[in-house]
Amino acid sequence: MKFGVLMFPGSNCEHDAYHAIRKVLRQPAEFIWHQSTDLRDCQAIIVPGGFSYGDYLRTGAIARFSPVMGAVRRFADRGGLVLGICNGFQILLESGLLPGAMLRNRGLKYVCRQVSIRVENARIPFTGLAREGDVWNIPIGHMEGNYTLDADAFRWLERNRQVVFRYCNPDGEITAEANPNGSVANVAGICNPRGNVLGMMPHPERASEPLLGSEDGVRLFQSMIQSRSQA
Amino acid sequence: MRARVYVSLKKSVLDPQGKTIHHSLENIGFQQITEVRQGKFFEIDFAPELTREEVRAEVEKIAKDVLTNPVIEEFSYRIE
Repeated sequence: MKFGVLMFPGSNCEHDAYHAIRKVLRQPAEFIWHQSTDLRDCQAIIVPGGFSYGDYLRTGAIARFSPVMGAVRRFADRGGLVLGICNGFQILLESGLLPGAMLRNRGLKYVCRQVSIRVENARIPFTGLAREGDVWNIPIGHMEGNYTLDADAFRWLERNRQVVFRYCNPDGEITAEANPNGSVANVAGICNPRGNVLGMMPHPERASEPLLGSEDGVRLFQSMIQSRSQA
Repeated sequence: MRARVYVSLKKSVLDPQGKTIHHSLENIGFQQITEVRQGKFFEIDFAPELTREEVRAEVEKIAKDVLTNPVIEEFSYRIE
């Protein structure tokens, strides 16, 4: 399955994602510049982490207006797989492809460490090889990961099973202590109602080889690949 | 014509930066403050041929579509 990895000025995780797809998953991948409107027959798009446009105005706020995001929106509308990681998640929120917004972390500090996340929905193309309740060990590194949404909209999100990952302790329990940034209900990742667009703060590409301390991120990419080989 | 746009977090959204500033102000002796909210400020200059109403319409659109994220922020503005 061919992956397209977007590049914005200020992206800095695009090579990590590209490496994970090419060298670990052994799948074709190609970089796509933010000025492009051609997704070159890719079957999945990764919106990578970093500091697109220096995080000016708000994280993801300027990237949203890039030409490539129009193409990504049309791709998502047709059911294409879109994965936003960290700053990529923030861009998907600003673009309206996913609901809600990010606030500064509760502690006002950049948090960079390994966390545990629990798989809450294993019925979407990104988690098909996992089981609900699985605990993944994946790193985070962000300043604005404090996900927020008004209470009514959040209830709707939960009813729709759009919460895909929550921060948990190593035993899989959702506790206040396990929440690194103050995110509502420990949310670490959400999807759109159709399940083909996923945004997550943890970095699966940084947890894809034994050398990196965890391979749990590979299951996410493998799930994506398998979902399309069945289709 | 110049527009001054003020963006702040909605009242319903917790402002951790404002809270921290408030705390520091208390620590150095400013005890009479009840709340601090932090926000952003923009000065936007428009071409002189635009009327006040045209500038108003432009500013509203810019503030809604770009300067704020309506999920968490609100804005006010002045035109001079």
